[in-house]
Amino acid sequence: MKKDLLSINDLTRDDIYLILDTAEAMREVGERPIKKVPTLRGRTIVNLFYEPSTRTRTSFEIAEKRLSADTLNIAVATSSVLKGETLVDTALNIEAMAPDMIVLRHASSGAGHLLSRICRSRIINAGDGMHEHPTQALLDAFTIREHKKRLDGLKVAIVGDLLHSRVLRSNVLLLTTLGACVWVSGPATLVPRGMDQLGIRVTTSVDEAVADADVIMMLRIQQERMQGAYFPSIREYFTTFGMTRERVARAKPDVIIMHPGPMNRGVEIASDVADGPYSVILQQVANGVAVRMAVLYLLAGEPEVAD
Amino acid sequence: MSQVMDADRMSRALTRISHEILERNRGTDDLALIGIRTRGVPLARRIAHTLHGINHEEVHTGALDITLYRDDLMRHAVGPQPLIRKTEIPFSIDDKRILLVDDVLYTGRTIRAALDALIDFGRPKAIQLIVMVDRGHRELPIKADYVGKNLPTSLSQSVQVHLQEIDGRDEVEIQES
Repeated sequence: MKKDLLSINDLTRDDIYLILDTAEAMREVGERPIKKVPTLRGRTIVNLFYEPSTRTRTSFEIAEKRLSADTLNIAVATSSVLKGETLVDTALNIEAMAPDMIVLRHASSGAGHLLSRICRSRIINAGDGMHEHPTQALLDAFTIREHKKRLDGLKVAIVGDLLHSRVLRSNVLLLTTLGACVWVSGPATLVPRGMDQLGIRVTTSVDEAVADADVIMMLRIQQERMQGAYFPSIREYFTTFGMTRERVARAKPDVIIMHPGPMNRGVEIASDVADGPYSVILQQVANGVAVRMAVLYLLAGEPEVAD
Repeated sequence: MSQVMDADRMSRALTRISHEILERNRGTDDLALIGIRTRGVPLARRIAHTLHGINHEEVHTGALDITLYRDDLMRHAVGPQPLIRKTEIPFSIDDKRILLVDDVLYTGRTIRAALDALIDFGRPKAIQLIVMVDRGHRELPIKADYVGKNLPTSLSQSVQVHLQEIDGRDEVEIQES
């Protein structure tokens, strides 16, 4: 493993399997009466979140606490950022207090890479703008493997707002590395240019994407990042791209439906699909803790020296 | 490299230990065997099998991975983190007599970690320690209750227990390193 986890590209295929296997063992810790092991005792981890987050921040914090690390959360709403401090200055000040790791969520793509260059602490990217969200892709892979026992050769359909989605980018890199066959679908206005060069299939027909799929992964319509009119109306989006029971029926009979959250019910996914028998959405959340424990544990070792 | 126990001697040692367990605990009520990964796990299963042969009672067995409790883990990061494998204890250890099983007893640090790990699972009535080989050089006040073989060694030597289930043969070897 490298010093930081900024992108799925930082991981080799073996690293990914090591993280997934370690997460299997970590999950057992969460099933004990005392859900805590002393492994990261005396390590300090700062969760620096510049964007709202419930799931990811809570998940990291629970993972850190289960490993006995000392954790502190900096939410920008209550920090000096409001007084005009830059990301670099905030990071240098935190760094002066000698934490071991910084978990960063930021609205700008590449924020983690910036900190990586100036910080001695290990940096974990917990979502940077429209770029990547590597731990989400890892927990998605863990969840898929739990159900399908493998990843290679699976047809995975990813549907929704492809343009703004960091979850998509991390998942495409990870799933293609592990040999899954990835189809993506969304409105033409929300398909980034060059997508077809990532070794995946791009289509504006959801029905084509989900046909015989083993896994359907829905992406949230990110209205907070949308400044233009990408589609005429929410209702029209739902009719054309929303995941309904009729569309799910085109996939394999044992398909699983995933969503990284937060869900917009009735926008990208129908409520009866989100709560239905194929949905593994809450299992994704549960698995997130074990996968993040694995990442924290493995990053606490000595980093590999770059060649 | 020289052999200090062959398959026969190992098997006889496990049979003797099984009888000692029954004598000391007056049967198998409340007993459970927990093997420390890797080689403690098949040893625990073999002892459970032997106990069943003598006493016709099933004894629970579990597997404990102590990596998350190691005292050398976070002192200084040297190299990549050790691999973590799954702990599987599919029963409550509360009020049980736990027989902890490992292949080699050396510094005692593995057993210290195992005791810490076990306490996180509940409050056993007692914990007893079974090892195939005790090679001395303790760094902690820890002592085995049942020993397959006491083997005086020097610090420059290493002791390897090989088991059929993992290594394809039963043998204890001592090696100058």
